[in-house]
This record gives sequence, C-alpha cells and structure tokens, in this order.
Amino acid sequence: MTVESTAARKPRRSTKRVSAAKKPQSSEPQLVQLLTPEGERVEHPEYEIDLTPDELRGLYRDMVLTRRFDAEATALQRQGELGLWASLLGQEAAQIGSGRALRDDDYVFPTYREHGVAWCRGVDPTNLLGMFRGVNHGGWDPTTNNFHLYTIVIGSQTLHATGYAMGVAKDGADSAVIAYFGDGASSQGDVAESFTFSAVYNAPVVFFCQNNQWAISEPTERQTRVPLYQRAQGFGFPGVRVDGNDVLACLAVTRSALERARRGEGPTLIEAFTYRMGAHTTSDDPTKYRHDDERVAWEAKDPILRLRTYLQNEGHADEAYFTALDEESDQLAKRVREAVRAMPDPDHMAIFDNVYADGHALVDEERAQFAAYQASFAEEGN
Amino acid sequence: MAVQKLPLAKALNESLRKALDTDPKVLIMGEDVGKLGGVFRVTDGLQKDFGEDRVIDTPLAESGIVGTAIGLALRGYRPVVEIQFDGFVFPAYDQIVTQLAKMHARALGKIKMPVVIRIPYGGGIGAVEHHSESPEALFAHVPGLKVISPSNSSDAYWMLQQAIQSDDPVIFFEPKRRYWDKSDVDVEAIPGPLHKARVAQVGSDITLAAYGPMVKVCVEAAAAAAEEGKSVEVLDLRSMSPIDFDTIQTSVEKTGRLIVVHEAPVFYGSGAEIAARITERCFYHLEAPVLRVGGYHAPYPPARLEEEYLPGLDRVLDAVDRSLAY
Repeated sequence: MTVESTAARKPRRSTKRVSAAKKPQSSEPQLVQLLTPEGERVEHPEYEIDLTPDELRGLYRDMVLTRRFDAEATALQRQGELGLWASLLGQEAAQIGSGRALRDDDYVFPTYREHGVAWCRGVDPTNLLGMFRGVNHGGWDPTTNNFHLYTIVIGSQTLHATGYAMGVAKDGADSAVIAYFGDGASSQGDVAESFTFSAVYNAPVVFFCQNNQWAISEPTERQTRVPLYQRAQGFGFPGVRVDGNDVLACLAVTRSALERARRGEGPTLIEAFTYRMGAHTTSDDPTKYRHDDERVAWEAKDPILRLRTYLQNEGHADEAYFTALDEESDQLAKRVREAVRAMPDPDHMAIFDNVYADGHALVDEERAQFAAYQASFAEEGN
Repeated sequence: MAVQKLPLAKALNESLRKALDTDPKVLIMGEDVGKLGGVFRVTDGLQKDFGEDRVIDTPLAESGIVGTAIGLALRGYRPVVEIQFDGFVFPAYDQIVTQLAKMHARALGKIKMPVVIRIPYGGGIGAVEHHSESPEALFAHVPGLKVISPSNSSDAYWMLQQAIQSDDPVIFFEPKRRYWDKSDVDVEAIPGPLHKARVAQVGSDITLAAYGPMVKVCVEAAAAAAEEGKSVEVLDLRSMSPIDFDTIQTSVEKTGRLIVVHEAPVFYGSGAEIAARITERCFYHLEAPVLRVGGYHAPYPPARLEEEYLPGLDRVLDAVDRSLAY
C-alpha cells in the first residue's frame, strides 16, 4: 500500500458528500462509507452498523480466505490446471459485505465472479472450479445453499432473480433475493428489463452492481453517462452508491436493502464502487488498456488492509491472530490445489446426461451410438 | 358431454383452464393475456376466473417475460408464457437458448425447468411483417428444448396440458391460421404419448409428413390425389423435437416415397433433417429421393404475396407427381 497517494487527501467523511453532478463519472463518487481507506471508522446518517470484535474479525477472515482462494485459483490457471479464472481481487469487501448481509433463506443469483459471495453461502470453493477446469458447466445444486449457478451471459441472471423474487412474493414468504452483476452488464437490455419487472411487480429483489470500473477493456464511461446508482430512480426505486472497498458499508447498505425488500417495499439498486485489481479473466492483459497509476491509486483503498488497520488500532486482533489466519489461508489453498488436481474428468457418457429431464428419443439414440462406438475400441483391445 | 366440437383456440383456452384448475403452481404470463384475453383470445376469461396473480399481464419485454419465467420455475412454479407472435420471440431467444435450455444440464439434473412457451406461428392470415413466420427449426436445433405443434383441437387441448406437465422446457407452436377451425375434443380421453406422430390419412403410394398448419393442406392434397387414383398417406408429426422417426420409417417402408411439407423456408429446415435421417434409415426402401415443399429463402413476403410463398394444394400435388415419376 502506498501511503503517498492518499496522504495529501484528508480522510473524507461520507456525511460531507462531494457533488458528483459536474461530470458523469466523478472520480470522487458520492458514496456511503463507514470505514475510510485509512481504517478510520466514520458514521453515516442513514446507515448504522454496530459489530462485535468477533464479527469484525469474521468479516476480515472471510475476505482474507477469499483472496487466498482467488490467488490460488489464478495460480492453478497459470499452471494449466484451470482453463480460465475470473479473479475477484479487489472486490472482497463488496462480496463479503453483501454476502454476510444475507439470511439462509435468501436466494443469490451470481455472475461468474462471486467467489466471495459463494463463500458466505457455504458453497465449498472447490465446487466453483469445476466449470473453470472444464469438467462441468456449473455442477452444484443451487437449492442446497440458495446460490444459483454462475451465469456467463452478461446480465441474464438479473431476470432470473426478479422472477424468483416474484415467486417469493406469491408464496407470501419474507425472504429476499439478490442479483449480482457488473458495470458492463448495466448496458444489457436484460438488466433494464429486470428493473422494469421488479418495479412493476414490487419484487423483493436487491440488485447489487459491482462497478469495478472495467468491462474487460471498456471503462464504465463506455457503459453509462450517469452514475449507475442513479438509474434506479427512473425505474421507480431507490439506488445507492456504496464504497465497494468498505466491507462495513457494503454490509450495512445491503442489509438495509434486504430489509426493505422483506417489508414488501420492492427492489433497491446498490452500486458498489470498487475496482478490479487484476484482469477481467486470466485471458486478458490489463496493461493493454489501463494505466498503472490507476491501479496504484486503488491499491491505497484496499478493502482488506483498511479493516486490518482498524482491527489493529482498536486492539481487536493481535499478531497471533493474523499469523493463525495466514496459516489457515495456506491450508485452504493446499486443500483447493489438491482438490482441483484430483478432480476427475467426467465419464464420456456424461455428454448425454441431463440434457432433458423427461428424456428425448434423439438423445437416447445418439447415446446408444456413442456407447457402441466407445465399446468398439474395447473390443479392438485399444 | 365428453366430446365437444371446438375451435382450436377455444380448445387451448379450455386446456389452460384445466391446467390452472389442476395445479396451483401453473401460471399464465404474457403481454395482454389478462383483461384482453390475448390478441387471439386464447387466454380469454382466465384472469377473471383465476386472478391477476395466476394470469399475469406483463410489461412489453419478451426477454423479461422468459427470463422471469425461468426465475419463477426455479422457485417451483410452472409458467406458461405467451409470445404474442412468431416474429416477436427473438428478443427472448437469448434467454431461451442460453438459459432455459441449459439450466437442467448445467445443474447436473438437480433443478428442472418446467416452462412452456406458446407461440402463435405461421402465415395465411394476411398479417403485417413479423406476424407470419415459422421459426421452429431455430428451436428444434437447440439441445434441451422440446418443440411441438398441434394441428387440430384435440391435440391442442391435450398436447398443451402434457407440455405443462413436462419438466422440460417446451416450445409450443400454435398454427394461428387454424385457430378458428373446429374439430372434436374428447376431454375424458386418455391422450397418447406427446412426441408420437399420428397417421392422419392412411395411404400406400407415397407419404406426406407435415405438422401444424400444413397437416390440413396435406390431407386435402391426399383427397385430391385420390381422385386421380393415387393413395397418399399423411403423417401429422406433432413434435419437431424429438421427431418420431419410427412412425415415418414405418410409413416410408410401406410407400417407398416421402415428401416433407412445412411453411418454414426449406433451406436448413426440418424437412432437411427428416430427409437426411430417413435416407439413412430407409435407403433401400426409397423409390425416389425425399422431396421437400416449403417456404423460400427469402423474408416472409407481404400479405398480398403469401399465397405464392406458402405451400398450397398445387405445390404439394406437384411434388407428389415428381416423386411418383421416379
């Protein structure tokens, strides 16, 4: 962390909002913040949070382990064990803060980068790697942890979340639904349609947009001429921009939006203003489209370091704690590495599995043909 | 009375009524399906009887309709979605192809997608652009979808209920120019398997295979051919995915000749698939190449030209002559 980049700037209390009206995408966004980049606790008039040291350490642990898991997956991709990886580096606070706001009976619709949210839902991280290793296209039972399959087509899942939330309302349940998407997805028609449907039907859904500033190589300015959270107003529901690198603010804002949904007051759009520290996926090269100084500036806002500073300053965690957590991180990485390497290739016949629930004559025919073809090798003794 | 003579659209209406009545998880969704009862009145009176919570008027957004139906299915509902016209399905095509069709497989079978998408399709009603197309091949090509089309009121009544009961996504193509044709519906019958073809007309010289709106044309062609002493067998395929090739094979082994008739463009159409498979299965039984009669590789024409574009009696009979000439 470079202190220089932030030293000149006085820690800004979010109660003193800086106007973002002058230009479409202000570098000083109007956002909810409860923990400054320097680890200073600040208050916000609308969003309060009061956590025990245990809970604070829990959030810290979640972020550290998620980052370690993510780093390990990136390494596994570089070693050829995964075909691709979409890193969440830098977005830990947005994901852990929002993820820890959820109740067990809430339902999550992620993109393909919500590894931290999956962690909060109790999804075994190794389950997330199957699709990136190429052994399945999802592979977990979404109903076990109320965590839907990763969705790769940008923004599609916001409609699934809205429909699911409409069903929740029909059932008279008081659970809520959260849909994750990025700033790039905000350009998709499906996201606009999900805003329309959720508003019209007053669906208990929270739209959690992680504006990580880049949609592969396209900046947010290429997606929108108004701050994203302001779009909600045009659809008739509230939008709020939160410091996406502040886990406390993300937790408080998401909790509030979920409670609003539970009360039957409809959707909320949360724009978590954050930064993707790495590449979009392991396939692209950020040095081709963005400058190092931008990344350096955001490093100063690192979500994990700021909570660590706060924990240390408040005396909530000592060196022994951090050392133990480092050890736990290494154990997690080891477990993930071993699990990925041990992950078996699927059986050849899996091509034909679960194409249809009720069967299909053509699939049956082709399955039989393929089985006979495979068997012919065995007969030839190959 | 168990047997009633109903227009096809009314049979669909009765079918939806029965489904709503039988299963509280069944929902109807679409543009104008509520108060108006749909532009073809297929959902007429359903919202009045089952309420706005079961028969849901939606915003005008096809991707939104299908996308939210997927979410409702994940929550345990069985949405029956109406797309107003064939040419309007494309904004929803992404949700249907990339999401709906694959969800069951991606979850390794742990979740099911019981969504029915009703699409009035085909021409012959003098409509404007985007209101007369036959895009069934675009859906039949997609693994994970089932594609069916009734040609008469009885099938309309039963196939729709079977589609709703299916745990797979079903694209249900309704032949809009047959909506007003009346035929018998036995509401107490035990329906046959959903994907089995029906012999609509028994014959011995040549087989015509059709579905949806073209079945009637083929039956009329068979009657006309009979006057010339030709015995034409007509198959109503009923299902385009899967296709009941066994029934086609049995017929072709008897007649030695096959013509596939559909409204959709011939190029890459379902006729191509049937011709290829039947050539594989029946090569030594065929007396002539499998012929196809259908639309041209051109946008569906303006209404004043559609009679030229659509396969009619003469074009079908011409193909019969060509086949028999081998």
